[in-house]
Amino acid sequence: MPFSNTHNATKMKFTADQELPDLSKHNNHMAKVLTREMYAKLREKQTTSGFTLDDIIQTGVDNPGHPFIMTVGCVAGDEETYEVFKDLLDPVIQDRHGGYKPTDKHKTDLNPDNLKGGDDLDPNYVLSSRVRTGRSIRGFCLPPHCSRGERRAIEKLAVEGLGALDGDLKGKYYALKNMTEEEQQQLIDDHFLFDKPVSPLLLASGMGRDWPDARGIWHNDNKTFLVWINEEDHLRVISMQKGGNMKEVFKRFCTGLTKIESLFKTKGHEFMWNEHLGYILTCPSNLGTGLRGGVHVKLPHLSKHEKFGEALKKLRLQKRGTGGVDTAAVGGIFDISNADRLGFSEVELVQMVVDGVKLLIEMEKRLEKGQSIDDLMPAQK
Amino acid sequence: MASTFSRMLMGRRTAMLLASLGTGALATGYLMSDVNHAAVIDRTKLFPPSSDYPDLRKHNNCMASHLTPAIYCRLRDKLTPSGWSLDQCIQTGVDNPGHPFIKTVGMVAGDEESYEIFSDIFDAVIKERHNGYDPRTMKHHTDLDSSKVTHGQFDERYVLSSRVRTGRSIRGLSLPPACTRAERREVERVATMALSGLKGDLAGRYYRLTEMTEQEQQRLIDDHFLFDKPVSPLLTCAGMARDWPDARGIWHNFDKTFLIWINEEDHTRVISMEKGGNMKRVFERFCRGLKEVEKLIQERGWEFMWNERLGYILTCPSNLGTGLRAGVHVRLPHLSKDPRFNKILDNLRLQKRGTGGVDTAAVGDVFDISNLDRIGRSEVELVQLVIDGVNYLIDCEKRLEKSQDIKVPPPVSQFRK
Repeated sequence: MPFSNTHNATKMKFTADQELPDLSKHNNHMAKVLTREMYAKLREKQTTSGFTLDDIIQTGVDNPGHPFIMTVGCVAGDEETYEVFKDLLDPVIQDRHGGYKPTDKHKTDLNPDNLKGGDDLDPNYVLSSRVRTGRSIRGFCLPPHCSRGERRAIEKLAVEGLGALDGDLKGKYYALKNMTEEEQQQLIDDHFLFDKPVSPLLLASGMGRDWPDARGIWHNDNKTFLVWINEEDHLRVISMQKGGNMKEVFKRFCTGLTKIESLFKTKGHEFMWNEHLGYILTCPSNLGTGLRGGVHVKLPHLSKHEKFGEALKKLRLQKRGTGGVDTAAVGGIFDISNADRLGFSEVELVQMVVDGVKLLIEMEKRLEKGQSIDDLMPAQK
Repeated sequence: MASTFSRMLMGRRTAMLLASLGTGALATGYLMSDVNHAAVIDRTKLFPPSSDYPDLRKHNNCMASHLTPAIYCRLRDKLTPSGWSLDQCIQTGVDNPGHPFIKTVGMVAGDEESYEIFSDIFDAVIKERHNGYDPRTMKHHTDLDSSKVTHGQFDERYVLSSRVRTGRSIRGLSLPPACTRAERREVERVATMALSGLKGDLAGRYYRLTEMTEQEQQRLIDDHFLFDKPVSPLLTCAGMARDWPDARGIWHNFDKTFLIWINEEDHTRVISMEKGGNMKRVFERFCRGLKEVEKLIQERGWEFMWNERLGYILTCPSNLGTGLRAGVHVRLPHLSKDPRFNKILDNLRLQKRGTGGVDTAAVGDVFDISNLDRIGRSEVELVQLVIDGVNYLIDCEKRLEKSQDIKVPPPVSQFRK
């Protein structure tokens, strides 16, 4: 459903120049790519469900960005968005995903046996391990655009599918609107629950509408496999546990995802996927694998070293604070994860994390002993 | 295109088939020239109104009190001529359940036609919010002849400042929740062009938000002239903050006694204010300024949104009618502690707020006292009501200072007879 005035009914009475957003103070991927000519050409279009150019870019218009952090500045409202508006989204994707071309193909590999090692990250340093991704249910609009009816239908389908999981994946669904405040706080403290949306990046794209209707969290009894429903994507799938056994985390991740996918298929549904963009998600930054695999790891010495940033870059890793994106590190503990999402398979990305974190820990140990790490600096992956 | 169109009408299965074909058939999308509102509406047929009806069980706002499933079903698929829907009107009320003690309105208009097309819900909300004003049967009377007002000079040992505000919308352009960037810029252009024609004590200058320095902006905020960057979810959920700060600004005369806010919660908010207690002069300037601006836009073929059912049309139903809030900052240290204070205010049809405006607390016994009503009484009547009421409050305060007793006045009638 259109929100605010992102639909085109009145807009087309005015010229492109009259409607063109002022992006002169903006610093996000959308603003870098959207020219006056592109705006004029694309503003007439809409997807079958009525998603328009302004729908896509509203969040980027409303959030000029930060001089140092480059946000994406655009979202998709349905699967078709990436086709109908490829003139805008292809260059954004190329810029965001390290030169990924419109003709490139993305490889999906969810076979955990292909991961080498990963079961022995030093638990003295690695506090926890986690892999997450997202999935969208084909045929439905994405969170910026879905109506209440659609969102509820997505919730129903997801809960039915997840309800059929068994073994160590057997679990329970907690709808946000039925949760008590205590349950909710417990889940937040356990790092299981997603925030009430406060980020203007999310709110400006319409993802916060009707909160908390049809939102919820499903997790298995062991609390090692979690699914978020209707937050920034239809489904966010998370496998996590304390300690450094990333291999086990990834195995559960792959098993769970594969099972969920086949359960959906038995009900006549499938995930949004194509061989160019991999799994289709709301934010162009999460295309491909949509995978962020990472650890919370203690690196008090290394994090103060001048070559820390360079090492991460070479390993294709990214650091965040332990509160997640946009938070600061606390007590020398960092969230280290893969920087890429598209153009590498799931196995390849988790392999990078496993190998990279091992190396970072080695560097940390050297620095503890006052030794140099120069010989350990890796080549660019 | 016609065949693709008829495929869409065949139902859910078809929509999914189309989607799963990848997008070969649909790669170019639909050009607006081929598709009208029907394309958007057809999607909603996949989900009947009952599936979209919002869950309002935990909500406490006027919209939630009156939006029955029957009304929702009847209105969901209607659109105003510019394409605005019921869901868009109510989104702010769905997203903001409200507070157990403060009842918010919970819906906004996207354009003048919203109040007609969705009158089934708007009329009920208006009636509740405006304490019984029934737009179906009653008429609203406009009177901006400030010469009719009497006793409008307050005792300045008590009244620190006087202020009258209202809003005006420019007919033919969508309101802030719905306006496109071009429409918003057009509002700015029409309004500032008119304001630049003001002369004498009304002559002034426009400060566009995108061109203001941070210092200028802070100065205007400190002077209580500038509006906030929108952070209230009531505003942001209604879409009023889109494209901020594009085409927003403030105009004020050189004396800083007449101010216009452009494209905040309404097309224009008009404010007359000064230190001290000369409400008569404040109101005189208010009326003169409004009439001048109206004349100036009419010369160019524009007019304000107004009708005799609802008076001046503004974004929020709570501001219909006069859209007028006339008030003072007044010191009432004794009276405010008297247990009869609230009853006195109620009977005088006055409202108290803290000196920071709505939702703030009073500081140092200084209160913001203003009219409770907006519709069903004219501007002159409401300002007179405030003048008479505040004079009464000051009288009570003086009596209590001398330890004399005060009386609760009889209730003032709400609507004009």
